[in-house]
Amino acid sequence: MLKTIKYIILGTLFGLVLTKTEAISWFRMQEMFRFQSFHMYGIIGSAIVTGIISIQLIKRLNIKTLTGEKITIERKPFNKGTIIGGLIFGMGWALTGACPGPIFAQIGTGASVAIVLLLSAIAGTWVYSYFKPKLPH
Amino acid sequence: MFELLKQPWPWYVSGPLIGLSIPLLLILGNKSLGISSSLKHICAACIPGKIPFLNYDWKNESWNLAFALGIIFGGYIGADLLTNPSNIAISDATIAVLKQNKITDFSGYMPMEIFNWQSILTLKGFIIIVIGGFFVGFGTRYANGCTSGHSIMGLSNLQWPSLVATICFFIGGLFITHLMLPIILNL
Repeated sequence: MLKTIKYIILGTLFGLVLTKTEAISWFRMQEMFRFQSFHMYGIIGSAIVTGIISIQLIKRLNIKTLTGEKITIERKPFNKGTIIGGLIFGMGWALTGACPGPIFAQIGTGASVAIVLLLSAIAGTWVYSYFKPKLPH
Repeated sequence: MFELLKQPWPWYVSGPLIGLSIPLLLILGNKSLGISSSLKHICAACIPGKIPFLNYDWKNESWNLAFALGIIFGGYIGADLLTNPSNIAISDATIAVLKQNKITDFSGYMPMEIFNWQSILTLKGFIIIVIGGFFVGFGTRYANGCTSGHSIMGLSNLQWPSLVATICFFIGGLFITHLMLPIILNL
């Protein structure tokens, strides 16, 4: 229970930042894909720089989790899906102006139609899972 | 202070904060940031059927669902308690090109003339919301990650497959924005 609350709080902070910086906005995605503003590139770029520094510090200083576990980071393997799936997601991203995180945040803002976005994305995930053995990987 | 928080947060504040979620999740729980997995866990919890990919103990991954639930709360706090009094300040060039493509309402996070319940029954709304949402779910799982898992977490960990994924996200997005949206928005 306490664990669940911890992740709800972290998620709340994450969603708050996404919302207040307008990274959940369809308009901001259009601006990004049209190269008409630095805003989204600044967000993604500075998030990555912060992430790189943090992970390097964790690795070099051998920082452990609060409970003393060794920190492990899952490595995502490369396969054809990285490219084909990536292209399909990119198309969905530009159409909806949202990636999975912002869909949840949009629901929170009261944009009730984002529930349809979420259900469609869940359907997409399910259909992929169903056809996974037949798709090129 | 409260008034300042209500203003849109600049990228140099929000970007590093988003980046800090990586060490926070690692140190507080040994978890790698990634949100699209939550969609898979929802499938595994609700409609797993006999699909091997969905038959696993999703409860072991429930942190991801708690995180997603939190994002919903964050959206509420950000939009309804710390409401920005003005429209989203997108560039004039973007407004101009969208106006040429039948978008007139710039008051919300998204164009309200498309993102409403009636519009889902029109071809334009169906393509943008339902097909678009389907592509987000299908594509992220096929690519094994989304903007958070690949572009932020994967690139922060200097993994080249995440760079390939991110480039493909952009190619897909540029294709839709520049070649398809001019048609779709004018339907």
